[in-house]
Amino acid sequence: MPIGHYLVLSGLLFAIGTAGVFLRRNLITLLLSVEIMLNAVNLAFVAFGRVAGTNDGQIITFFVMTVAAAEAAVGLALVIGLFRHRESLNPEAFTSLKW
Amino acid sequence: MGSDALLFYTFAAITVIGALLVVIQKNPVYSVLSIIAAFFGLAGLYVLLEAPFVAVVQIIIYAGAIMVLFLFVVMLLNVPREDAAEWDRSHPLYRPMAVRIGAVLAILLALELGWALSLTTGLGVGVAEGADAMSSVQKLGEVLFTKYMFAFEVTSILIIVAMVGAVVLARKREE
Repeated sequence: MPIGHYLVLSGLLFAIGTAGVFLRRNLITLLLSVEIMLNAVNLAFVAFGRVAGTNDGQIITFFVMTVAAAEAAVGLALVIGLFRHRESLNPEAFTSLKW
Repeated sequence: MGSDALLFYTFAAITVIGALLVVIQKNPVYSVLSIIAAFFGLAGLYVLLEAPFVAVVQIIIYAGAIMVLFLFVVMLLNVPREDAAEWDRSHPLYRPMAVRIGAVLAILLALELGWALSLTTGLGVGVAEGADAMSSVQKLGEVLFTKYMFAFEVTSILIIVAMVGAVVLARKREE
């Protein structure tokens, strides 16, 4: 398979994730969309690493996965805290800092 | 069309449809389940890229651990479904001016991306053509514990901080 195909797929997944972040109004789905974006980048890393014949792409993927795990843990803890505070997961409910 | 191309398009279709369903579904439980399907498609793509360890880690860590965490929180909070009628009235995309500006910017971005891709050479090179695969787990471990030693150790600090932070943030406040 040409490398271009993997890159286009990666870009498509990233676009879907971005669209999810902007379109959805549920904090949990927002976090899921961020996970899709991180995975899109992972795919590009592994594809480039395969073309270059090194395993650096795979190593970077592990670090991205670790960061994703940390992000999910902290993000979900924040979501739980916010839900206790307002009884809602709609991002529009948390606009105290909006002028 | 070789079997490689067939497998690539199958896994790519699973991944893209799974990701689309995550964004389209109104019920967060179904969103989490469809992202797991997308991750299985991605794992298949990693196998095609001769990175089997990444594929296994993808399934065990992502589809296993992280998504269970998501599912747990969705069920713990009993997250309400998004209401379509409310979506229409209050969503920022309902403002026509903002939609027009955003559409122009998005089209511009797509055009520039296509332009950049058309100028890029080497996109037609097959992934397995140039070099041999470096998929041995032993090699991965050696590189991880020599060349990337510092990053690896910093990652462990990150995990500790995230763990403590998650516990502190989710704790019930004493009044």
